[in-house]
Amino acid sequence: MNSRLVLVNIVRWFVLLLIQILLLRNLSFYNMATPFVYIIFLLLVPFATPNLLLYLIAFVTGLTLDAFYDTLGVHTAACVTLAFVRILFISVTMNRDGFDEPEPTLGNMGFKWFIIYALLCTTAHHLVLFFLETFRLAEFSYTLMRCFFSIIFTLFTVVLIEFIFYNRKMR
Amino acid sequence: MRNLWIFINRYNAFFFFIIFFTIGIVLTVKNNAYQRSVTLNSTNEVVGEVYQNLNVLKKYLTLGTVNDSLAAENAKLKTELLTLKNIDSAKKIVVKDTLNNPQYTYLSARVIKNSITLRNNVITINKGSADGIAPDMPVISPGKGVVGFVMDVSEHLSTIRSLLHKDTKISVNIKKSDALGSLVWGIGNSDYRKAFVKEIPNHFKINLKDTIITSGFSSFPPGIPVGVVTNTAVPTGDNFMSIEIKLFNDFSTLQYVYVILDKYAAEQKELEAKLPHE
Repeated sequence: MNSRLVLVNIVRWFVLLLIQILLLRNLSFYNMATPFVYIIFLLLVPFATPNLLLYLIAFVTGLTLDAFYDTLGVHTAACVTLAFVRILFISVTMNRDGFDEPEPTLGNMGFKWFIIYALLCTTAHHLVLFFLETFRLAEFSYTLMRCFFSIIFTLFTVVLIEFIFYNRKMR
Repeated sequence: MRNLWIFINRYNAFFFFIIFFTIGIVLTVKNNAYQRSVTLNSTNEVVGEVYQNLNVLKKYLTLGTVNDSLAAENAKLKTELLTLKNIDSAKKIVVKDTLNNPQYTYLSARVIKNSITLRNNVITINKGSADGIAPDMPVISPGKGVVGFVMDVSEHLSTIRSLLHKDTKISVNIKKSDALGSLVWGIGNSDYRKAFVKEIPNHFKINLKDTIITSGFSSFPPGIPVGVVTNTAVPTGDNFMSIEIKLFNDFSTLQYVYVILDKYAAEQKELEAKLPHE
């Protein structure tokens, strides 16, 4: 992994978490859909990252958000789940040794691959997040509905950001 | 042994997931428990500092509204002062007594972090144990309405479990009929302007626009207005009535709150702790 990639990822981490904590924390549509755009950082961690390092990054990211959201453990568990789904998806869809591209961005991987990847990761993350936050089954259908709308909102924002910043190498 | 190692190594993604996910779940469950030892939340110094700085900017945006509400409250207090001054001499002793030895004292604090979009919302204020705040103290908003309970306290900051939280339950009365119920938020609804009063006995007749006040049973002083009834026919699964109410206070523009210090809170807790548990 070259140092430029590491630097880009560190900057991205700070920028996305600042946006999430200072701006998006106050944003929601009719209290139904809440965006969690910071997961784009975990989606874009380079392919070459070892599994343990990826989990540690997810863990620390989740813990930082939990501190600011006053929900200790909830984002942590959700981020770790996202990391697991990410590893599974990449190992299923890609050749194990030959990563042609350094990072799984929209421009590198193509629209179809990226949208399925983002959808699966976002779904896993949001399901864990919302159900741990509610922590009771009595509001199951309502939580599921909030979760569903939030997935759409987050996914839309993630793809939008990808189109704006990483479209140069589009195949 | 070697084979086991190879097996673990091949599926390391799964095993790492189990380990980290368990840590996350344990943290969540521990955080839900009543007694908590970890303080990685917004009473934390670093986190609190960030929110405090952010709030300096945000404060200016709602300056007008806050001014208006403070002026309105000032006027109300002045009127009350006049009434008290004009009280006749026979009753004066009583008044003086309660003034010098009040059960409840109010402590005003500024909200430095607030949220309304989550299922469990927590408010952070800029007063802490140095100002005499302790966990479980009730918090109200300046005009009308209740806010919640103090949750964690650090030296200069404290977090409040707002009414918009799944663990918050406040005992309330229907002002007209004195029917008792408990105020909760968020059952199939996450509008911060609405809440539900549950567990009202079925024989009471409740009208729209009835006022709801605190009953004084859950450490809030009695008689604080909470909201008005907007829907009396909320379906429930049990033998009690539920009603929907519109809250008087607006959580989205909350800038200042009052923490209520109850002089006899410790005494009451001690006395009630002696009761045998059923």
